[in-house]
Amino acid sequence: MELWFTERHTPNVKFSIKVDHQLYSGNSEFQRIDVFDSKEFGRFLTLDGYMMLTEKDEFIYHEMITHVPMSVHPNPKNILVIGAGDGGVVRELTRYASVESIDLVEIDELVVEVCKKYLPTTACRFDDPRVHVFYEDGVKFIRRCTDQYDVIIVDSTDPFGPGEGLFTKEFYGSCFKALRDDGIMVNQHESPFYDEDAAAMQRSHKRIVESFPISKVYQAHIPTYPSGHWLFGFASKKYHPTNDYNGTKWSMLGIKTRYYNPRLHTGAFALPCYVEELLRDVE
Amino acid sequence: MADLSQTNAPIYEALRKFRRMRVVPFDVPGHKRGRGNMELTEFLGEDCMNVDVNSMKPLDNLCHPVSVIKDAEELAAEAFGAANAFFMVGGTTSAVQSMIMYACKEGDKIIMPRNVHRSAINAIIITGAVPVYVNPDVNHKLGIALGMSVAQVEQAILDNPDAKAIMVNNPTYYGICSDLKRITELAHAHGMLVLVDEAHGTHFYFGDNFPMTAMAAGADCASVSMHKSGGSLTQSSFLLLGKNVNADYMRQVINLTQTTSASYLLLSSLDISRKRLALSGREIFAQTVEMAEYARAEINEIGGYYAYSRELINGDSIYDFDVSKLSIYTLPIGLAGIEVYDLLRDEYDIQIEFGDIGNVLAYISVGDRKRDIERLISALAEIKRRFGKSGADMLTQEYISPVVAETPRKAFYAEKLSLPLEETAGEVCSEFVMCYPPGIPILAPGELITPEIIEYIKYAKEKGCQMTGTEDINIERLNVLDF
Repeated sequence: MELWFTERHTPNVKFSIKVDHQLYSGNSEFQRIDVFDSKEFGRFLTLDGYMMLTEKDEFIYHEMITHVPMSVHPNPKNILVIGAGDGGVVRELTRYASVESIDLVEIDELVVEVCKKYLPTTACRFDDPRVHVFYEDGVKFIRRCTDQYDVIIVDSTDPFGPGEGLFTKEFYGSCFKALRDDGIMVNQHESPFYDEDAAAMQRSHKRIVESFPISKVYQAHIPTYPSGHWLFGFASKKYHPTNDYNGTKWSMLGIKTRYYNPRLHTGAFALPCYVEELLRDVE
Repeated sequence: MADLSQTNAPIYEALRKFRRMRVVPFDVPGHKRGRGNMELTEFLGEDCMNVDVNSMKPLDNLCHPVSVIKDAEELAAEAFGAANAFFMVGGTTSAVQSMIMYACKEGDKIIMPRNVHRSAINAIIITGAVPVYVNPDVNHKLGIALGMSVAQVEQAILDNPDAKAIMVNNPTYYGICSDLKRITELAHAHGMLVLVDEAHGTHFYFGDNFPMTAMAAGADCASVSMHKSGGSLTQSSFLLLGKNVNADYMRQVINLTQTTSASYLLLSSLDISRKRLALSGREIFAQTVEMAEYARAEINEIGGYYAYSRELINGDSIYDFDVSKLSIYTLPIGLAGIEVYDLLRDEYDIQIEFGDIGNVLAYISVGDRKRDIERLISALAEIKRRFGKSGADMLTQEYISPVVAETPRKAFYAEKLSLPLEETAGEVCSEFVMCYPPGIPILAPGELITPEIIEYIKYAKEKGCQMTGTEDINIERLNVLDF
């Protein structure tokens, strides 16, 4: 018997992982949630059939979305995380002793429950006393926030489905308002490779550029996401992601990582020509 | 209609049956189930093209219904509590025109509020009826026209005992209702028909705690935009009749201007939507109201904006309010409604129903998702943060009472002269000028052009209102009567 999980990366491209067995399947008010186990990637989580994370490569995504803003901001104390019900971002954030509070806003409570039960690699720090979980639409939550966060991490699903609102100009504008004068917002920025993803990436970049004075993009290699080439957005009111970066200071913190390091930090902002062009087109 | 109930949709059922018969078409439409126009078929879908068919025996004929359309119309009448119902494929415009053409011949008087939709004044031009305008009450703060006050209606009736009918706009675009029952009683006591433009009130018939419907109030005719809150396809509507209207004569009136090739896409959409509302309208509109109420509370919490509701009720010209409407007054944030309307689309990819000088209207329906409501609220908050100004220097007056110098028909067909807008003060206009939406004329044919109106038109243009109605597409010139 062979059981395969397949996701269409485009109407003409499929990506499959051989499944050993399914651990969970259920529907929440918002989406279908599945957890599978596999020989190659370990356990993996899908929402509405789209790959969210695998145990084998989640470290790349979570380290890159967390340590880049946390190392640029000189003193990040109050952090807001939107989405991220799998707990991966929270796990990375709790490694910073300087952090005083982590507000996590996840629309789907069931995602958190399922991850706590089946994905202990990521959902392992929800009990940290600095973590406060709000089960709410991120768009709504942030509307009421003003001048109160140092770093906002937007760990959204794709720009269709429940995560749609997290790719909108009203949301980015609200993030700007919610950040302090030297705040940084980082977001999951889609992929530049396949046409449809690239269009979503450009749309989102345009909206961020219009909302923040500094808006840069960096990349990482994530094997289980479409094309494997993934981008993150770095939007900031004051700090430039590489000019204002002190890698030595970050290294002194002694946070042990598997992907992120200070040399890679700077390098991640060096983008292929075609990606630079896609971004320039909308700037 | 012996064995039919609201669970049936006779036209829809007949079309499904017809599709299974695989009849070979040697009739129109010439696209022949889409095969003759593949690009269109790929765009609209095969299922859609398959039922774009002509009238024929198994599918009945809208001009003279005897089988499935007749059954469907009877079911619709039952669902709306009407004596008769007509499926209309020319929009609510055709329903409004039919009821006026039914009630009035050339020279007959009809009492109506001036803030009617252009379709009503068009019907006046076609029939040659003489409008007797009752100026609606105006809320000066919001700058919007309200409903008809009973005392004013009574005065108009006493002044014009020979009028044939009264037309009522209920609810208005903004959700404001008149005392329909009292107005109907008054009109009937004086032998006048009551025609209700209920374009924005389909849901009143199916939800709980909505304002009174035209049929419940005993009105004679009501035009209902099923395609607005009822969920059918654009351009499909119902014309409802009370028990004292001659339905067979009404059909003849409708056939004066109605197409003889009624679209089965529109007809089936009316049929299916009627069934849906009859079976689950209560839950559907309870959800709609819940979303509207939620959005209203959140928007009012932003500050500056005023999303109004039942607190406006004054027992007369705001006799009731439709809480499913999300009307928002924008002037306190220093932006005209039309500016907020444009910003929502241009900056935030959110299209709302309309914006006028002082207000915007977001149309809420069961098709909305909670997360889209959140986007709308956040976008409004962002517009205030990014573009808000002090509310000073904003033109507030929205409704200007017209001075009628000539009947609309005479003015429309008269010899005319084209003049630059600035030079038209004191002249009589021979065409319409309106912002669309909402399509309520600022000037109608036969009305005196005043400096105040010219200023209003210029201001609306400057703020970006989409102006329509004039022969000159750019609205730099107006046609006036050449005496």
